[in-house]
Amino acid sequence: MSTRSTVGAAILAGAVTAALASFAAAGPLTEAEGKAAMAAGKEKCYGIALAGQNDCAAGPGTTCQGSSTVDFQGNAWKFAAGGTCASIKVPGDRSGSPEPLTRDVPA
Amino acid sequence: MQPVDHKIHHLGSRLDYAAGFTPALLDPERPPPAIVAGPNGKAAGKRYNVYRNNVTVSLINALAAAFPATQRITGVDFFRAMARFHARATPPTSPLLFEYGHGFPAFIERYEYAKPMPWLADVARIERAWLDAYHAADEAALAPEALALIPPENLVDTIFTPHPATRIVRSRFPAVSIFAANRKEGPESPVEATAPEDALVTRPGLEVAVRHLPPGGAVFLLRLIAGETLGAAAAAAFSDYPQFDLSASIAGMIGAGAFTAARQGD
Repeated sequence: MSTRSTVGAAILAGAVTAALASFAAAGPLTEAEGKAAMAAGKEKCYGIALAGQNDCAAGPGTTCQGSSTVDFQGNAWKFAAGGTCASIKVPGDRSGSPEPLTRDVPA
Repeated sequence: MQPVDHKIHHLGSRLDYAAGFTPALLDPERPPPAIVAGPNGKAAGKRYNVYRNNVTVSLINALAAAFPATQRITGVDFFRAMARFHARATPPTSPLLFEYGHGFPAFIERYEYAKPMPWLADVARIERAWLDAYHAADEAALAPEALALIPPENLVDTIFTPHPATRIVRSRFPAVSIFAANRKEGPESPVEATAPEDALVTRPGLEVAVRHLPPGGAVFLLRLIAGETLGAAAAAAFSDYPQFDLSASIAGMIGAGAFTAARQGD
């Protein structure tokens, strides 16, 4: 016979309440929150990556890191600081876009 | 002959050619394949060596890109020699280079010349976990509010769904401190830590985060990831580490985005 040990409901409830309180507390950003904010401030920017230098879409069956084959490929993206994407100019009077572009896509 | 048949035939012969061409690429002891020949049937050893070099260097470069802290610790020459041995012993099984190197940490552990750095394999494990997390599927992390909605009496039986990016790396060495010191930009700072360190690797948004887990944290999270209930996971952590801080670990796992959902177990 095996007895599976567990922790009492009261202890767990207290621990969860204390854990949640740490999120409710207003204060300066913790390191983790600061990182999350920085991550949120970055956006995908299409059409600005050099060949092979694009970041990854990080999803199954999609484009992936380093897979672009031409410079400034329109459907490959790189992380850029939030709000700056469209102002990024690349040679040939082209610029970045937060949405995939149809230009410079290999056949 | 129909064009379609021709195409199929052509593909088949190309695969045959590749099967004959590749086996000696990573084995310098083997002669170049017989199907490779220079003009007038002359031996093509030097020509074939160009391909050997390209394949070997690209695999070493892939490992250098995936394990930058490991390379910084060993130095470039040591790292590339070690990576060459690994590439020859363990060729890639996927055409995706970012998948290469899952066997590299275990190789480092066995590698004779790395024995004086017993922590090196664990640093490499954290780097491999970092890359896994980086390429894992995007999913929203469990919000603190979702945990607050669970009735207190149900917490014992609550089961959590791990985020696709979540990884735990346990180490008998201060691997997290060594990893962090060798991943950051700028001059190296001395690592003062000596205690064992476990790592939690997550990517709730777009950036991978590596955290040093407190005592018992790895046991607690590994049990939850394995699908055990909150009550059982907490009991296991308390039993292995009496100083385990349950509330801090719950706050930590929610803050790190280690899980995506919570549900009532059976």
